[in-house]
Amino acid sequence: MALTVQDVARLADLARIELSEEELARLAPQLDVILTAVASVADVAGQDVPPTSHPVRLENVYRIDETRPSWPAEAMLAGAPAVEDDHFRVPRILDEEA
Amino acid sequence: MNDTIHATAAELAARIASGAQSAEEITRLHLDRIAAVDEQVNAFLAVDAERALAQARAVDVKRASGAPLAPLAGVPVAVKDLFCYQGLPTTAASRMLESWVPPYNSTVVDRLLASDLVILGKTNLDEFAMGSSTETSAFGPTRNPWDLGRIPGGSGGGSAAALAAFEAPLAIGTDTGGSIRQPASVTGTVGVKPTYGGVSRYGVIAMASSLDQPGPCARTVLDAALLHQVMAGHDPADSTSIAAPVPDVVSAARKADVKGLRIGVVRELGGEGYAPGVEARFAAAVELLASLGAEIVEVSCPHFVHAFAAYYLIMPAEVSSNLARYDGMRYGLRVGDDGLASTEQVMRASRAAGFGDEVKRRIIIGSYALSAGYYDAYYGSAQKVRTLIRTDFEAAFRQCDVLVSPATPTTAFRFGERLTDPLAMYKSDLCTIPANLAGNAAASVPIGLADEDGLPVGLQIMAPVLADDRCYLVGAAVEAGLTEQWGGPLLDRVPALKEKAR
Repeated sequence: MALTVQDVARLADLARIELSEEELARLAPQLDVILTAVASVADVAGQDVPPTSHPVRLENVYRIDETRPSWPAEAMLAGAPAVEDDHFRVPRILDEEA
Repeated sequence: MNDTIHATAAELAARIASGAQSAEEITRLHLDRIAAVDEQVNAFLAVDAERALAQARAVDVKRASGAPLAPLAGVPVAVKDLFCYQGLPTTAASRMLESWVPPYNSTVVDRLLASDLVILGKTNLDEFAMGSSTETSAFGPTRNPWDLGRIPGGSGGGSAAALAAFEAPLAIGTDTGGSIRQPASVTGTVGVKPTYGGVSRYGVIAMASSLDQPGPCARTVLDAALLHQVMAGHDPADSTSIAAPVPDVVSAARKADVKGLRIGVVRELGGEGYAPGVEARFAAAVELLASLGAEIVEVSCPHFVHAFAAYYLIMPAEVSSNLARYDGMRYGLRVGDDGLASTEQVMRASRAAGFGDEVKRRIIIGSYALSAGYYDAYYGSAQKVRTLIRTDFEAAFRQCDVLVSPATPTTAFRFGERLTDPLAMYKSDLCTIPANLAGNAAASVPIGLADEDGLPVGLQIMAPVLADDRCYLVGAAVEAGLTEQWGGPLLDRVPALKEKAR
Protein backbone atom coordinates (compact mmCIF):
# COMPACT_ATOMS: atom_id res chain seq x y z
CA MET A 1 0.00 0.00 0.00
CA ALA A 2 1.49 3.36 -1.09
CA LEU A 3 -0.83 5.47 1.00
CA THR A 4 -1.97 4.58 4.52
CA VAL A 5 -4.81 6.01 6.59
CA GLN A 6 -2.18 7.89 8.59
CA ASP A 7 -0.73 9.42 5.42
CA VAL A 8 -4.16 10.57 4.31
CA ALA A 9 -4.86 12.07 7.74
CA ARG A 10 -1.58 14.02 7.57
CA LEU A 11 -2.24 15.23 4.01
CA ALA A 12 -5.80 16.28 4.85
CA ASP A 13 -4.37 18.19 7.79
CA LEU A 14 -1.89 19.98 5.51
CA ALA A 15 -4.74 20.76 3.10
CA ARG A 16 -6.89 22.05 6.00
CA ILE A 17 -9.70 19.57 5.48
CA GLU A 18 -11.19 17.91 8.53
CA LEU A 19 -11.86 14.22 7.79
CA SER A 20 -13.91 11.94 10.04
CA GLU A 21 -12.75 8.40 10.86
CA GLU A 22 -15.40 7.12 8.48
CA GLU A 23 -14.16 9.37 5.65
CA LEU A 24 -10.54 8.36 6.25
CA ALA A 25 -11.47 4.69 6.09
CA ARG A 26 -13.42 5.24 2.86
CA LEU A 27 -11.07 7.63 1.05
CA ALA A 28 -7.66 6.13 1.92
CA PRO A 29 -8.06 2.90 -0.12
CA GLN A 30 -9.49 4.87 -3.08
CA LEU A 31 -6.56 7.28 -3.00
CA ASP A 32 -4.14 4.38 -2.80
CA VAL A 33 -5.67 2.82 -5.94
CA ILE A 34 -5.41 6.13 -7.79
CA LEU A 35 -1.78 6.71 -6.79
CA THR A 36 -0.83 3.15 -7.72
CA ALA A 37 -2.42 3.66 -11.14
CA VAL A 38 -0.46 6.84 -11.85
CA ALA A 39 2.89 5.83 -10.30
CA SER A 40 4.06 4.55 -13.70
CA VAL A 41 4.81 8.15 -14.80
CA ALA A 42 8.15 7.89 -13.00
CA ASP A 43 9.35 5.23 -15.48
CA VAL A 44 8.47 6.96 -18.75
CA ALA A 45 10.81 9.88 -19.37
CA GLY A 46 14.58 9.95 -19.22
CA GLN A 47 16.70 12.50 -17.38
CA ASP A 48 17.18 14.53 -20.56
CA VAL A 49 13.47 15.29 -21.12
CA PRO A 50 12.66 18.85 -20.05
CA PRO A 51 9.46 19.37 -18.04
CA THR A 52 6.43 21.20 -19.48
CA SER A 53 4.49 23.31 -17.00
CA HIS A 54 2.31 25.04 -19.55
CA PRO A 55 0.91 24.10 -22.96
CA VAL A 56 1.81 27.35 -24.72
CA ARG A 57 5.02 29.30 -24.37
CA LEU A 58 4.58 31.78 -21.56
CA GLU A 59 5.97 35.25 -21.89
CA ASN A 60 5.81 37.98 -19.34
CA VAL A 61 2.83 40.20 -20.06
CA TYR A 62 3.15 43.92 -19.43
CA ARG A 63 0.39 46.45 -19.15
CA ILE A 64 0.45 50.18 -19.04
CA ASP A 65 1.24 51.40 -15.54
CA GLU A 66 -1.78 53.56 -14.94
CA THR A 67 -4.19 53.87 -12.07
CA ARG A 68 -7.61 52.31 -12.43
CA PRO A 69 -10.49 52.42 -9.98
CA SER A 70 -10.65 49.38 -7.70
CA TRP A 71 -13.84 47.46 -7.07
CA PRO A 72 -16.02 49.23 -4.49
CA ALA A 73 -15.49 47.83 -0.99
CA GLU A 74 -19.18 47.02 -0.53
CA ALA A 75 -19.19 44.87 -3.68
CA MET A 76 -16.23 42.87 -2.40
CA LEU A 77 -17.74 42.56 1.09
CA ALA A 78 -21.15 41.52 -0.23
CA GLY A 79 -20.16 37.84 -0.37
CA ALA A 80 -18.27 37.79 2.92
CA PRO A 81 -19.34 35.34 5.63
CA ALA A 82 -18.94 38.10 8.26
CA VAL A 83 -18.29 41.83 8.04
CA GLU A 84 -17.39 44.37 10.70
CA ASP A 85 -16.70 48.09 10.09
CA ASP A 86 -16.08 47.69 6.36
CA HIS A 87 -13.65 44.81 6.94
CA PHE A 88 -13.78 41.02 6.61
CA ARG A 89 -14.33 39.71 10.12
CA VAL A 90 -12.33 36.51 10.69
CA PRO A 91 -12.07 34.13 13.64
CA ARG A 92 -9.17 34.53 16.06
CA ILE A 93 -5.75 33.87 14.56
CA LEU A 94 -3.75 33.41 17.78
CA ASP A 95 -3.54 30.32 19.95
CA GLU A 96 -4.70 31.84 23.25
CA GLU A 97 -8.19 31.12 24.50
CA ALA A 98 -10.57 33.79 23.31
CA MET B 1 -43.90 28.73 -34.84
CA ASN B 2 -43.88 25.46 -32.98
CA ASP B 3 -40.52 24.28 -34.33
CA THR B 4 -38.64 27.02 -32.49
CA ILE B 5 -36.98 24.83 -29.89
CA HIS B 6 -35.70 22.42 -32.56
CA ALA B 7 -34.29 25.14 -34.81
CA THR B 8 -30.56 25.77 -35.07
CA ALA B 9 -29.03 28.94 -33.64
CA ALA B 10 -28.19 30.08 -37.17
CA GLU B 11 -31.84 29.67 -38.20
CA LEU B 12 -33.12 31.51 -35.10
CA ALA B 13 -30.70 34.38 -35.74
CA ALA B 14 -31.95 34.62 -39.33
CA ARG B 15 -35.59 34.70 -38.18
CA ILE B 16 -34.81 37.47 -35.69
CA ALA B 17 -32.82 39.50 -38.23
CA SER B 18 -35.54 39.22 -40.87
CA GLY B 19 -38.33 39.94 -38.42
CA ALA B 20 -39.97 36.55 -39.06
CA GLN B 21 -39.98 35.83 -35.31
CA SER B 22 -39.24 38.08 -32.34
CA ALA B 23 -36.35 37.38 -29.99
CA GLU B 24 -38.82 37.70 -27.13
CA GLU B 25 -41.03 34.91 -28.48
CA ILE B 26 -37.99 32.68 -29.05
CA THR B 27 -36.79 33.25 -25.50
CA ARG B 28 -40.27 32.69 -24.08
CA LEU B 29 -40.63 29.36 -25.92
CA HIS B 30 -37.29 28.17 -24.54
CA LEU B 31 -38.23 29.24 -21.02
CA ASP B 32 -41.52 27.34 -21.44
CA ARG B 33 -39.63 24.26 -22.57
CA ILE B 34 -37.32 24.48 -19.53
CA ALA B 35 -40.37 24.77 -17.26
CA ALA B 36 -41.95 21.76 -18.96
CA VAL B 37 -39.03 19.30 -18.95
CA ASP B 38 -36.25 20.38 -16.62
CA GLU B 39 -37.70 18.67 -13.58
CA GLN B 40 -36.80 15.44 -15.39
CA VAL B 41 -33.48 16.55 -16.88
CA ASN B 42 -32.11 18.88 -14.17
CA ALA B 43 -29.84 20.64 -16.64
CA PHE B 44 -30.33 24.05 -15.01
CA LEU B 45 -29.25 25.20 -11.55
CA ALA B 46 -30.79 28.63 -12.10
CA VAL B 47 -33.18 30.06 -14.71
CA ASP B 48 -33.03 33.81 -15.23
CA ALA B 49 -36.39 34.33 -16.95
CA GLU B 50 -37.03 38.03 -16.39
CA ARG B 51 -33.58 39.24 -17.33
CA ALA B 52 -33.52 36.93 -20.36
CA LEU B 53 -36.84 38.34 -21.60
CA ALA B 54 -35.56 41.90 -21.07
CA GLN B 55 -32.40 41.09 -23.07
CA ALA B 56 -34.55 39.60 -25.84
CA ARG B 57 -36.89 42.62 -25.94
CA ALA B 58 -33.86 44.92 -26.19
CA VAL B 59 -32.78 43.02 -29.33
CA ASP B 60 -36.26 43.40 -30.82
CA VAL B 61 -36.15 47.15 -30.10
CA LYS B 62 -32.69 47.39 -31.68
CA ARG B 63 -33.90 45.60 -34.80
CA ALA B 64 -36.98 47.81 -35.05
CA SER B 65 -34.74 50.88 -34.90
CA GLY B 66 -32.80 49.62 -37.92
CA ALA B 67 -29.52 49.27 -36.02
CA PRO B 68 -27.24 46.47 -37.26
CA LEU B 69 -27.50 43.16 -35.35
CA ALA B 70 -24.62 40.87 -34.33
CA PRO B 71 -24.68 37.40 -35.98
CA LEU B 72 -26.29 35.65 -32.97
CA ALA B 73 -28.28 38.61 -31.62
CA GLY B 74 -31.35 37.46 -29.69
CA VAL B 75 -30.40 33.76 -29.67
CA PRO B 76 -30.69 32.11 -26.24
CA VAL B 77 -27.65 30.52 -24.59
CA ALA B 78 -27.17 28.47 -21.41
CA VAL B 79 -24.06 29.14 -19.30
CA LYS B 80 -22.20 26.52 -17.26
CA ASP B 81 -22.37 27.53 -13.61
CA LEU B 82 -18.60 28.02 -13.50
CA PHE B 83 -18.70 31.38 -15.31
CA CYS B 84 -19.22 34.48 -13.17
CA TYR B 85 -22.40 36.35 -14.11
CA GLN B 86 -23.54 39.22 -11.90
CA GLY B 87 -27.00 39.04 -10.43
CA LEU B 88 -27.16 35.24 -10.14
CA PRO B 89 -25.27 32.87 -7.84
CA THR B 90 -22.23 31.20 -9.39
CA THR B 91 -22.02 27.97 -7.45
CA ALA B 92 -19.61 25.65 -9.31
CA ALA B 93 -22.24 23.07 -8.17
CA SER B 94 -20.63 23.17 -4.71
CA ARG B 95 -22.02 23.80 -1.21
CA MET B 96 -18.91 25.96 -0.80
CA LEU B 97 -20.37 28.62 -3.14
CA GLU B 98 -24.07 27.79 -2.79
CA SER B 99 -25.24 31.38 -2.37
CA TRP B 100 -22.22 33.27 -3.69
CA VAL B 101 -23.09 36.05 -6.14
CA PRO B 102 -20.02 37.20 -8.11
CA PRO B 103 -19.15 40.91 -8.05
CA TYR B 104 -18.13 40.94 -11.73
CA ASN B 105 -18.75 39.13 -15.03
CA SER B 106 -16.40 36.68 -16.70
CA THR B 107 -15.03 37.95 -20.01
CA VAL B 108 -16.97 35.22 -21.84
CA VAL B 109 -20.27 36.37 -20.31
CA ASP B 110 -19.45 39.99 -21.17
CA ARG B 111 -18.81 38.94 -24.77
CA LEU B 112 -22.08 37.01 -24.99
CA LEU B 113 -23.93 40.09 -23.72
CA ALA B 114 -22.00 42.47 -25.98
CA SER B 115 -23.08 40.31 -28.95
CA ASP B 116 -26.69 40.44 -27.71
CA LEU B 117 -27.09 36.76 -26.91
CA VAL B 118 -29.84 36.04 -24.36
CA ILE B 119 -28.64 34.21 -21.23
CA LEU B 120 -31.33 31.75 -20.11
CA GLY B 121 -29.61 30.61 -16.91
CA LYS B 122 -26.82 28.56 -15.37
CA THR B 123 -26.27 24.86 -16.07
CA ASN B 124 -25.33 22.00 -13.78
CA LEU B 125 -21.87 20.43 -13.63
CA ASP B 126 -19.74 18.16 -11.52
CA GLU B 127 -18.59 19.98 -8.37
CA PHE B 128 -15.89 22.50 -9.39
CA ALA B 129 -15.94 20.73 -12.80
CA MET B 130 -14.41 17.59 -11.27
CA GLY B 131 -16.07 14.53 -12.74
CA SER B 132 -17.33 12.85 -15.89
CA SER B 133 -21.02 12.37 -15.03
CA THR B 134 -22.44 15.41 -13.11
CA GLU B 135 -22.96 12.96 -10.24
CA THR B 136 -20.58 14.95 -8.03
CA SER B 137 -22.79 18.07 -8.28
CA ALA B 138 -23.95 19.09 -4.81
CA PHE B 139 -27.37 19.80 -6.34
CA GLY B 140 -28.14 16.41 -7.86
CA PRO B 141 -27.14 14.90 -11.20
CA THR B 142 -28.31 15.94 -14.63
CA ARG B 143 -30.02 13.18 -16.62
CA ASN B 144 -29.21 12.26 -20.21
CA PRO B 145 -32.21 13.01 -22.50
CA TRP B 146 -31.39 9.85 -24.50
CA ASP B 147 -32.00 7.71 -21.41
CA LEU B 148 -32.95 9.36 -18.13
CA GLY B 149 -31.28 6.50 -16.22
CA ARG B 150 -27.90 7.43 -17.63
CA ILE B 151 -25.30 10.14 -17.12
CA PRO B 152 -25.05 13.11 -19.53
CA GLY B 153 -21.26 13.14 -19.21
CA GLY B 154 -19.30 15.65 -17.24
CA SER B 155 -18.32 17.96 -16.05
CA GLY B 156 -20.44 19.93 -18.52
CA GLY B 157 -23.39 17.53 -18.44
CA GLY B 158 -25.88 20.32 -17.77
CA SER B 159 -24.88 22.28 -20.88
CA ALA B 160 -24.89 19.17 -23.10
CA ALA B 161 -28.23 17.90 -21.74
CA ALA B 162 -29.84 21.35 -22.15
CA LEU B 163 -29.00 21.12 -25.87
CA ALA B 164 -30.17 17.52 -26.31
CA ALA B 165 -33.40 18.27 -24.42
CA PHE B 166 -34.05 21.30 -26.67
CA GLU B 167 -34.00 23.64 -23.67
CA ALA B 168 -31.37 25.88 -25.33
CA PRO B 169 -29.90 26.06 -28.85
CA LEU B 170 -26.46 27.05 -27.55
CA ALA B 171 -24.45 26.56 -24.36
CA ILE B 172 -20.98 27.22 -23.07
CA GLY B 173 -18.66 24.93 -21.19
CA THR B 174 -15.11 24.48 -19.94
CA ASP B 175 -12.78 21.61 -20.79
CA THR B 176 -9.91 20.59 -18.48
CA GLY B 177 -9.64 16.90 -19.43
CA GLY B 178 -12.71 16.45 -21.64
CA SER B 179 -15.52 18.31 -19.86
CA ILE B 180 -16.89 19.76 -23.13
CA ARG B 181 -16.11 16.88 -25.50
CA GLN B 182 -17.14 13.85 -23.40
CA PRO B 183 -20.63 15.27 -22.56
CA ALA B 184 -21.05 16.23 -26.24
CA SER B 185 -20.14 12.68 -27.23
CA VAL B 186 -22.61 10.93 -24.90
CA THR B 187 -25.52 13.30 -25.67
CA GLY B 188 -25.16 13.41 -29.46
CA THR B 189 -24.23 17.10 -29.49
CA VAL B 190 -21.23 19.15 -30.68
CA GLY B 191 -18.55 20.44 -28.30
CA VAL B 192 -15.26 22.18 -28.97
CA LYS B 193 -12.24 22.75 -26.75
CA PRO B 194 -10.44 25.65 -28.43
CA THR B 195 -6.66 26.01 -28.40
CA TYR B 196 -5.49 26.77 -24.85
CA GLY B 197 -5.42 30.56 -24.58
CA GLY B 198 -7.97 30.98 -27.38
CA VAL B 199 -10.82 31.89 -25.04
CA SER B 200 -10.35 33.99 -21.88
CA ARG B 201 -10.42 32.26 -18.50
CA TYR B 202 -11.02 35.56 -16.68
CA GLY B 203 -13.95 35.16 -14.29
CA VAL B 204 -14.16 31.40 -14.80
CA ILE B 205 -13.81 29.46 -11.55
CA ALA B 206 -10.43 27.76 -11.82
CA MET B 207 -9.87 24.02 -11.55
CA ALA B 208 -6.44 23.35 -13.15
CA SER B 209 -5.22 26.58 -14.69
CA SER B 210 -2.73 25.14 -17.20
CA LEU B 211 -5.47 22.86 -18.61
CA ASP B 212 -8.80 24.73 -18.26
CA GLN B 213 -10.24 26.11 -21.49
CA PRO B 214 -13.74 27.53 -22.11
CA GLY B 215 -15.47 26.61 -25.36
CA PRO B 216 -18.75 26.37 -27.28
CA CYS B 217 -21.45 23.65 -27.13
CA ALA B 218 -24.19 23.38 -29.77
CA ARG B 219 -26.36 20.99 -31.79
CA THR B 220 -24.62 21.72 -35.12
CA VAL B 221 -21.03 22.41 -36.13
CA LEU B 222 -21.92 25.78 -37.67
CA ASP B 223 -23.73 26.88 -34.50
CA ALA B 224 -20.65 25.96 -32.44
CA ALA B 225 -18.48 27.97 -34.83
CA LEU B 226 -20.74 31.03 -34.58
CA LEU B 227 -20.57 30.84 -30.77
CA HIS B 228 -16.78 30.22 -30.84
CA GLN B 229 -16.40 33.43 -32.84
CA VAL B 230 -18.28 35.38 -30.14
CA MET B 231 -16.38 33.87 -27.18
CA ALA B 232 -12.81 33.81 -28.50
CA GLY B 233 -10.07 36.38 -28.86
CA HIS B 234 -7.38 38.11 -26.88
CA ASP B 235 -8.21 39.37 -23.38
CA PRO B 236 -5.66 41.44 -21.47
CA ALA B 237 -7.29 40.30 -18.22
CA ASP B 238 -6.04 36.71 -18.79
CA SER B 239 -2.24 36.58 -18.96
CA THR B 240 -2.34 33.26 -20.86
CA SER B 241 -4.73 34.61 -23.52
CA ILE B 242 -3.16 34.41 -26.99
CA ALA B 243 -2.75 37.74 -28.78
CA ALA B 244 -3.48 36.38 -32.26
CA PRO B 245 -6.49 36.54 -34.58
CA VAL B 246 -9.23 33.97 -33.92
CA PRO B 247 -8.98 31.15 -36.51
CA ASP B 248 -11.74 31.55 -39.12
CA VAL B 249 -13.95 28.84 -37.67
CA VAL B 250 -17.19 30.05 -39.28
CA SER B 251 -15.82 29.90 -42.83
CA ALA B 252 -14.40 26.45 -42.10
CA ALA B 253 -17.78 25.22 -40.85
CA ARG B 254 -19.47 26.53 -44.00
CA LYS B 255 -16.80 25.07 -46.29
CA ALA B 256 -17.13 21.51 -44.87
CA ASP B 257 -14.72 20.07 -47.43
CA VAL B 258 -12.04 17.48 -46.59
CA LYS B 259 -10.82 16.78 -50.13
CA GLY B 260 -7.05 16.22 -50.02
CA LEU B 261 -6.91 16.66 -46.24
CA ARG B 262 -4.59 14.21 -44.47
CA ILE B 263 -6.42 12.68 -41.51
CA GLY B 264 -4.49 10.60 -38.98
CA VAL B 265 -6.10 7.78 -37.02
CA VAL B 266 -4.34 7.49 -33.66
CA ARG B 267 -3.43 3.83 -33.18
CA GLU B 268 -3.23 4.13 -29.38
CA LEU B 269 -6.81 5.45 -28.96
CA GLY B 270 -8.73 2.24 -29.57
CA GLY B 271 -8.74 -1.46 -28.83
CA GLU B 272 -9.09 -2.88 -25.32
CA GLY B 273 -11.59 -0.98 -23.17
CA TYR B 274 -13.42 0.51 -26.16
CA ALA B 275 -17.04 -0.56 -26.67
CA PRO B 276 -17.73 -2.43 -29.95
CA GLY B 277 -20.46 0.06 -30.91
CA VAL B 278 -18.04 2.95 -30.42
CA GLU B 279 -15.37 1.29 -32.56
CA ALA B 280 -17.89 0.41 -35.28
CA ARG B 281 -19.26 3.96 -35.54
CA PHE B 282 -15.72 5.36 -35.49
CA ALA B 283 -14.64 3.04 -38.33
CA ALA B 284 -17.70 4.08 -40.36
CA ALA B 285 -16.90 7.78 -39.81
CA VAL B 286 -13.33 7.26 -41.00
CA GLU B 287 -14.68 5.44 -44.06
CA LEU B 288 -17.01 8.36 -44.75
CA LEU B 289 -14.08 10.81 -44.56
CA ALA B 290 -12.13 8.66 -47.03
CA SER B 291 -15.13 8.59 -49.39
CA LEU B 292 -15.27 12.40 -49.19
CA GLY B 293 -11.73 12.59 -50.52
CA ALA B 294 -9.62 12.73 -47.36
CA GLU B 295 -6.39 10.79 -47.22
CA ILE B 296 -6.47 8.47 -44.18
CA VAL B 297 -3.17 7.59 -42.50
CA GLU B 298 -2.53 5.60 -39.35
CA VAL B 299 -0.27 7.40 -36.91
CA SER B 300 1.29 6.36 -33.63
CA CYS B 301 1.47 8.62 -30.60
CA PRO B 302 3.37 6.23 -28.35
CA HIS B 303 3.24 8.37 -25.20
CA PHE B 304 -0.54 8.89 -25.24
CA VAL B 305 -0.87 5.75 -23.10
CA HIS B 306 0.88 7.67 -20.30
CA ALA B 307 -1.28 10.81 -20.65
CA PHE B 308 -3.84 9.48 -18.17
CA ALA B 309 -1.25 9.04 -15.39
CA ALA B 310 0.38 12.41 -16.08
CA TYR B 311 -2.99 14.17 -16.11
CA TYR B 312 -4.16 12.64 -12.83
CA LEU B 313 -1.07 14.08 -11.15
CA ILE B 314 -0.77 17.48 -12.85
CA MET B 315 -4.49 18.27 -12.58
CA PRO B 316 -4.83 17.44 -8.84
CA ALA B 317 -1.60 19.32 -8.11
CA GLU B 318 -3.10 22.44 -9.67
CA VAL B 319 -6.45 21.74 -7.98
CA SER B 320 -4.85 21.55 -4.54
CA SER B 321 -3.27 24.94 -5.12
CA ASN B 322 -6.26 26.65 -6.78
CA LEU B 323 -8.82 25.47 -4.23
CA ALA B 324 -6.74 26.71 -1.30
CA ARG B 325 -8.61 29.99 -1.79
CA TYR B 326 -11.79 28.47 -0.35
CA ASP B 327 -10.89 29.11 3.27
CA GLY B 328 -14.18 30.57 4.51
CA MET B 329 -12.66 33.97 5.18
CA ARG B 330 -13.63 36.38 2.38
CA TYR B 331 -16.42 34.55 0.57
CA GLY B 332 -18.11 31.20 0.42
CA LEU B 333 -19.18 28.86 3.17
CA ARG B 334 -17.98 29.41 6.76
CA VAL B 335 -18.71 26.74 9.35
CA GLY B 336 -18.03 26.57 13.08
CA ASP B 337 -17.30 30.26 13.72
CA ASP B 338 -18.64 30.23 17.28
CA GLY B 339 -16.46 33.03 18.61
CA LEU B 340 -14.13 30.48 20.25
CA ALA B 341 -12.78 28.44 17.33
CA SER B 342 -9.55 29.58 15.68
CA THR B 343 -9.23 30.56 12.04
CA GLU B 344 -7.55 27.23 11.30
CA GLN B 345 -10.34 25.27 12.96
CA VAL B 346 -12.94 27.22 11.00
CA MET B 347 -11.04 26.60 7.75
CA ARG B 348 -10.88 22.85 8.39
CA ALA B 349 -14.56 22.66 9.27
CA SER B 350 -15.63 24.88 6.35
CA ARG B 351 -13.65 22.87 3.79
CA ALA B 352 -14.93 19.62 5.30
CA ALA B 353 -18.54 20.77 4.97
CA GLY B 354 -18.18 22.68 1.68
CA PHE B 355 -16.38 20.11 -0.47
CA GLY B 356 -17.66 16.74 -1.67
CA ASP B 357 -15.69 13.50 -1.88
CA GLU B 358 -14.22 13.97 -5.36
CA VAL B 359 -12.93 17.46 -4.58
CA LYS B 360 -11.37 16.15 -1.36
CA ARG B 361 -9.77 13.22 -3.19
CA ARG B 362 -8.17 15.50 -5.75
CA ILE B 363 -6.91 18.02 -3.21
CA ILE B 364 -5.30 15.24 -1.18
CA ILE B 365 -3.69 13.55 -4.21
CA GLY B 366 -2.41 16.94 -5.33
CA SER B 367 -1.00 17.75 -1.91
CA TYR B 368 0.78 14.39 -1.97
CA ALA B 369 2.18 14.84 -5.51
CA LEU B 370 3.59 18.24 -4.55
CA SER B 371 5.01 17.28 -1.15
CA ALA B 372 8.74 17.17 -0.42
CA GLY B 373 10.25 13.78 -1.17
CA TYR B 374 7.55 12.85 -3.71
CA TYR B 375 7.65 15.89 -6.00
CA ASP B 376 10.28 14.51 -8.43
CA ALA B 377 8.75 11.05 -8.70
CA TYR B 378 5.21 12.29 -9.25
CA TYR B 379 4.71 15.91 -10.33
CA GLY B 380 8.17 16.30 -11.89
CA SER B 381 7.82 13.05 -13.86
CA ALA B 382 4.32 13.99 -14.98
CA GLN B 383 5.60 17.29 -16.38
CA LYS B 384 8.21 15.39 -18.41
CA VAL B 385 5.51 13.09 -19.79
CA ARG B 386 3.63 16.23 -20.74
CA THR B 387 6.61 17.20 -22.92
CA LEU B 388 6.53 13.77 -24.59
CA ILE B 389 2.80 14.09 -25.33
CA ARG B 390 3.43 17.44 -26.94
CA THR B 391 6.25 16.06 -29.10
CA ASP B 392 4.01 13.11 -30.10
CA PHE B 393 1.45 15.64 -31.36
CA GLU B 394 4.12 17.64 -33.18
CA ALA B 395 5.41 14.53 -34.94
CA ALA B 396 1.87 13.41 -35.85
CA PHE B 397 0.97 16.86 -37.24
CA ARG B 398 4.00 16.67 -39.54
CA GLN B 399 2.33 13.61 -41.15
CA CYS B 400 -1.27 14.82 -41.20
CA ASP B 401 -3.50 17.88 -40.89
CA VAL B 402 -5.80 16.56 -38.16
CA LEU B 403 -5.99 13.51 -35.91
CA VAL B 404 -9.17 11.56 -35.16
CA SER B 405 -10.26 9.07 -32.49
CA PRO B 406 -13.41 8.15 -30.60
CA ALA B 407 -14.24 10.99 -28.19
CA THR B 408 -14.77 8.63 -25.27
CA PRO B 409 -14.28 4.84 -24.98
CA THR B 410 -17.91 3.99 -24.16
CA THR B 411 -21.40 5.42 -24.53
CA ALA B 412 -23.28 6.96 -21.57
CA PHE B 413 -23.11 4.73 -18.49
CA ARG B 414 -25.77 4.28 -15.81
CA PHE B 415 -25.96 6.38 -12.65
CA GLY B 416 -23.90 4.94 -9.82
CA GLU B 417 -21.91 2.64 -12.11
CA ARG B 418 -18.59 4.45 -11.62
CA LEU B 419 -19.29 6.78 -8.70
CA THR B 420 -17.45 4.77 -6.04
CA ASP B 421 -14.71 3.61 -8.43
CA PRO B 422 -12.73 6.77 -9.21
CA LEU B 423 -10.39 5.01 -11.66
CA ALA B 424 -13.27 3.74 -13.80
CA MET B 425 -14.72 7.27 -13.82
CA TYR B 426 -11.34 8.79 -14.76
CA LYS B 427 -11.08 6.47 -17.76
CA SER B 428 -14.01 8.30 -19.38
CA ASP B 429 -11.40 10.92 -20.32
CA LEU B 430 -8.79 8.61 -21.87
CA CYS B 431 -9.14 10.03 -25.39
CA THR B 432 -9.66 13.67 -24.50
CA ILE B 433 -6.81 14.24 -22.01
CA PRO B 434 -3.86 14.42 -24.48
CA ALA B 435 -5.18 17.61 -26.14
CA ASN B 436 -5.48 19.33 -22.75
CA LEU B 437 -1.91 18.42 -21.83
CA ALA B 438 -0.59 19.74 -25.16
CA GLY B 439 -3.03 22.68 -25.43
CA ASN B 440 -4.13 22.05 -29.02
CA ALA B 441 -7.71 22.37 -30.32
CA ALA B 442 -10.09 19.39 -30.25
CA ALA B 443 -13.80 18.76 -30.85
CA SER B 444 -16.43 16.06 -30.58
CA VAL B 445 -19.16 15.65 -33.21
CA PRO B 446 -21.93 13.01 -33.22
CA ILE B 447 -21.37 10.02 -35.54
CA GLY B 448 -24.34 7.80 -34.77
CA LEU B 449 -25.71 5.37 -32.22
CA ALA B 450 -23.94 2.28 -30.89
CA ASP B 451 -25.59 -0.95 -32.06
CA GLU B 452 -25.57 -2.56 -28.61
CA ASP B 453 -27.40 0.18 -26.68
CA GLY B 454 -28.70 2.74 -29.18
CA LEU B 455 -26.77 5.56 -27.48
CA PRO B 456 -24.77 8.37 -29.16
CA VAL B 457 -21.10 8.06 -30.13
CA GLY B 458 -18.78 11.01 -30.77
CA LEU B 459 -15.86 11.49 -33.12
CA GLN B 460 -12.94 13.43 -31.68
CA ILE B 461 -11.09 15.70 -34.12
CA MET B 462 -7.75 17.08 -32.90
CA ALA B 463 -5.99 19.95 -34.69
CA PRO B 464 -2.72 21.80 -34.08
CA VAL B 465 -2.45 24.84 -31.81
CA LEU B 466 -4.37 27.76 -33.37
CA ALA B 467 -5.71 25.57 -36.18
CA ASP B 468 -9.14 25.30 -34.50
CA ASP B 469 -10.73 25.91 -37.92
CA ARG B 470 -9.69 22.40 -39.02
CA CYS B 471 -11.87 20.86 -36.27
CA TYR B 472 -14.83 22.69 -37.81
CA LEU B 473 -13.86 21.85 -41.39
CA VAL B 474 -13.75 18.11 -40.65
CA GLY B 475 -16.66 18.21 -38.19
CA ALA B 476 -18.94 19.94 -40.67
CA ALA B 477 -18.01 17.49 -43.45
CA VAL B 478 -18.80 14.50 -41.21
CA GLU B 479 -22.03 16.13 -40.07
CA ALA B 480 -23.17 16.85 -43.64
CA GLY B 481 -22.31 13.34 -44.85
CA LEU B 482 -23.99 11.55 -41.96
CA THR B 483 -27.08 13.78 -41.85
CA GLU B 484 -27.64 12.86 -45.48
CA GLN B 485 -27.23 9.12 -44.72
CA TRP B 486 -29.57 9.37 -41.73
CA GLY B 487 -32.12 11.55 -43.52
CA GLY B 488 -31.97 14.15 -40.73
CA PRO B 489 -29.97 15.16 -37.65
CA LEU B 490 -29.15 12.47 -35.07
CA LEU B 491 -31.06 14.42 -32.41
CA ASP B 492 -34.30 13.79 -34.36
CA ARG B 493 -34.07 10.34 -32.79
CA VAL B 494 -33.80 11.42 -29.13
CA PRO B 495 -36.89 10.09 -27.26
CA ALA B 496 -39.52 12.78 -26.71
CA LEU B 497 -39.60 14.04 -23.12
CA LYS B 498 -42.97 14.22 -21.45
CA GLU B 499 -43.91 17.87 -21.11
CA LYS B 500 -45.35 18.90 -17.79
CA ALA B 501 -48.78 20.53 -18.12
CA ARG B 502 -48.69 24.18 -17.16
